[in-house]
Amino acid sequence: MTQWEIVVGLEVHAQLSTQTKIFSGASTAFGADPNTQACAVDLALPGVLPVLNRGAVERAIRLGLAIGAPINRRSVFARKNYFYPDLPKGYQISQMDEPIVQGGSLLISTASGEKLIRITRAHLEEDAGKSLHGEAPGLTGIDLNRAGVPLLEIVSEPDLRSAAEAVAYARTLHNLVMWLDICDGNMQEGSFRCDANVSVRPVGSTTLGTRCEIKNLNSFRFLERAIDYEARRQIELLEEGNRIRQETRLYDADKDETRTMRSKEDAFDYRYFPDPDLLPVVISDAWIARTEADMPELPWRLRARLVAQYGLSDYDAGILTSVRVMAEYFEQMVLASGGAAKQCANWMTGELLAALNRNELAFSANPISAGQLGLLILRVQDGTVSGKLGKTVFEALWQGEGSVDEIIAARGLRQVSDSGAISAMIAEVLAKFPAQVAEYRAGKEKMLGFLVGQVMKASQGKANPQQLNEMLIEQLGRPSHPD
Amino acid sequence: MINYGLSRLSSMLASRQISSVELTQLFLERIQRYNPSTNAFITLNEAASLEAAAQADMRLADGNAAPLTGIPIAHKDIFCTEGWRTTCGSKMLENFIAPYDAHIITQCKQAGMVNLGKTNMDEFAMGSSNETSYFGAVSNPWDLAAVPGGSSGGSAAAVAARLAPVATGSDTGGSIRQPAALTGITGLKPTYGVVSRYGMIAFASSLDQAGPMAKSAEDCALLMNVLAGFDARDSTSLERQTEDYTRLLDQPLAGLKIGLPREFFAAGLSDEVARSVEAALDEYRKLGAQTVEISLPNSSLSIPVYYVLAPAEASTNLSRFDGVRYGYRAPNYDDLDDMYEKTRAQGFGAEVKRRIMIGTYVLSHGYYDAYYLQAQKIRRLIAQDFTQAFTQCDVIMGPTTPDTAFNRGEKTDDPVAMYLSDIYTIAVNLAGLPGMSIPCGLDHRNRPTGLQLIGNYFSEAHLLGIAHQFQQATDWHERMPDAFRG
Repeated sequence: MTQWEIVVGLEVHAQLSTQTKIFSGASTAFGADPNTQACAVDLALPGVLPVLNRGAVERAIRLGLAIGAPINRRSVFARKNYFYPDLPKGYQISQMDEPIVQGGSLLISTASGEKLIRITRAHLEEDAGKSLHGEAPGLTGIDLNRAGVPLLEIVSEPDLRSAAEAVAYARTLHNLVMWLDICDGNMQEGSFRCDANVSVRPVGSTTLGTRCEIKNLNSFRFLERAIDYEARRQIELLEEGNRIRQETRLYDADKDETRTMRSKEDAFDYRYFPDPDLLPVVISDAWIARTEADMPELPWRLRARLVAQYGLSDYDAGILTSVRVMAEYFEQMVLASGGAAKQCANWMTGELLAALNRNELAFSANPISAGQLGLLILRVQDGTVSGKLGKTVFEALWQGEGSVDEIIAARGLRQVSDSGAISAMIAEVLAKFPAQVAEYRAGKEKMLGFLVGQVMKASQGKANPQQLNEMLIEQLGRPSHPD
Repeated sequence: MINYGLSRLSSMLASRQISSVELTQLFLERIQRYNPSTNAFITLNEAASLEAAAQADMRLADGNAAPLTGIPIAHKDIFCTEGWRTTCGSKMLENFIAPYDAHIITQCKQAGMVNLGKTNMDEFAMGSSNETSYFGAVSNPWDLAAVPGGSSGGSAAAVAARLAPVATGSDTGGSIRQPAALTGITGLKPTYGVVSRYGMIAFASSLDQAGPMAKSAEDCALLMNVLAGFDARDSTSLERQTEDYTRLLDQPLAGLKIGLPREFFAAGLSDEVARSVEAALDEYRKLGAQTVEISLPNSSLSIPVYYVLAPAEASTNLSRFDGVRYGYRAPNYDDLDDMYEKTRAQGFGAEVKRRIMIGTYVLSHGYYDAYYLQAQKIRRLIAQDFTQAFTQCDVIMGPTTPDTAFNRGEKTDDPVAMYLSDIYTIAVNLAGLPGMSIPCGLDHRNRPTGLQLIGNYFSEAHLLGIAHQFQQATDWHERMPDAFRG
């Protein structure tokens, strides 16, 4: 029986995080009342003209630099012509022959190790509006708030070999566009949408099979399921001796299947040609240099540095570089902790992420500053509070009870390291639990734990645990071993 | 007073010999009287005009008037004018009230000029006779049976009949210069990018340029001072230092080198136009200029190139007229596609449809390289011809049109014959150069002839001076049709 290989290429539409639209001054903010963020240009009134938002170009350059792609010094906007009610001009301004970014690649992690995925191109274009069905019976409403929102369409080569790889690539790219501050990555609001080109071929074949394009996959789960379904569908067709028709398909999440949207035969002739209302975009070396100087350290470089500089595990470094604010937080925290990098990583990936998860908060909504959490690590390290009570301090910080030192003072959490005080507490406990003391001395070493616990309880958890341990053993004397 | 130039009217306004309201009323009354015969105006709003005139009078009284404050002006109905119906000569926009002002309308308002009304034009500026207007043909004031040219035929007729002291027009392939020639007035198409296109309803974006239409070069220069200037809302608007377009009006012409393209004086040019152009050139020689023969070898390709590129751009510029958001929508339809088809079939006239179809065809898959790309290459060659020519001369002159005004209906069944009336003007748009037409004679039927002046990029002030010197020595520009003297 034939073994099949799945071949996938992705087209990602990332909505760029500019304040205003790509060719007009209207706001791009999501969720406004229909048509309140559509100006004369967005409505395509007679006589209006587009003016390019340089912020969109800047963001495209950032992506190009991050993926190591050549930036075209001259790129051209073209009109893509088709009629649709939510396309006010009757054409979309996009780029065709001369996109702004051409080439580049992205390294992804797969089950079988790292893999380099080639990127064909990334070009700027404007989004269309939205058709609203069902608001009024028999009528379709048009909301043009989204019309003219800047998009960067990032097209990969067909280098992906499974749904899982496609998801890994999409996640890496998703992380990158947010890392670069060029897209908010909000998939529910449609800020990051994927189209998948899927084909299958017998393992060992070097020619590509006939592909189908699945449109508008707006979650990683749908992306994965749609590709899996589509590949299965194609394999079944081929195994039954049928042929694949090249077509555009839609994924129906409710039924978990893809179905025909339009076949290649009804493909539009978009009649692309250079938009005469816009001059070619000329990007100077100086502009690129300025943009490059302004770029954050790229996630994969930062990850490697965290491992090298702080001795973190690659796993921890990976978690800490999944979001740029986390990595920045980590480094600020290390500074405040006096260099206790590993402890900082443990607290972040442990306590902090758990608390954020419990409260369903994004990292950016984290109520504890890096300086304070770093200081807490320092206070644990220098023995001011015990590791255990450190967690109490953490909870108090989370609740907004004040700074680390204020909380320690207010709650009296300072660790007791005064040997006189500890010794007195030990004496009290030994007097209170003679039977257990006797058992210990008779060789039941387990009893030590019980006694430590009792002293700690007497200290309200504040006794320095190491000191307590050492002094208790000393005061109990060596247990006699039964022979 | 209807024959007075703008500077004279301006000083009368300044010295309070006349108010802007009185001047506006004078022209509104003439429009009332003569519009039925010329059909030069599509939309009037006398209350708004008089209100603007009253505002201008206040400005004049306050002493903060600009040079043209209080002067009435007629605007081609291609310019969006806030609160005014703006039709572009089409049923598609029959009831479209523009919600904003085109850049040049704003400029005129800020200068304190008074909008007299919106002038008739070929539908979406597609035509050379004003016969494609949904609002009816315009008559040439010199002979009501003749066309005034197009597409700015309403503006040309309005100025020629003295229904307005000055007007705006737009020129994509000759739409200012050709009607100026056929109606005996002066018109200037500026260098592409000098006047903002914002709010001018697009025909062919890479060729469209607005400009002044007036009785004289001096008036064109004064209006250019209002119209020109950088506008960030038009990406093709050029950021240049402000210039005074009147500054070279009095510059003498001694030593001026006039290039005469041999291709413009060849077969196809009528004898009468040729004779009046020759006479005008003699006049220039008397003024101290010399003439030299030059060649524009690719100019014969202008018309085919233009009729690929302009329809290509137009076919997509006009896609927005789809019945969805504004403008005409067919009353009855079955579904979305049917709504599009019926709306556009009913809303556009025959010439517009012809050009949309040509444009759609030349951009189609499989034809794009052979038509659109090839035409772009030839366009560059045509521009290079001019660059080469301007190494041999300071200004190029020739006829504006091959013949004088033709009669209504004469060329409506033969689009190619109609297209040929722009044979000398189109190359100028393809190259993006400034061009003018000035009146230089009358034929045996008393129909005006026009002399075309073509300058190098940004030489408007120079061109206006060259035209003005001619008009100081001749009186063709002062002639007006007898029927409108009263």
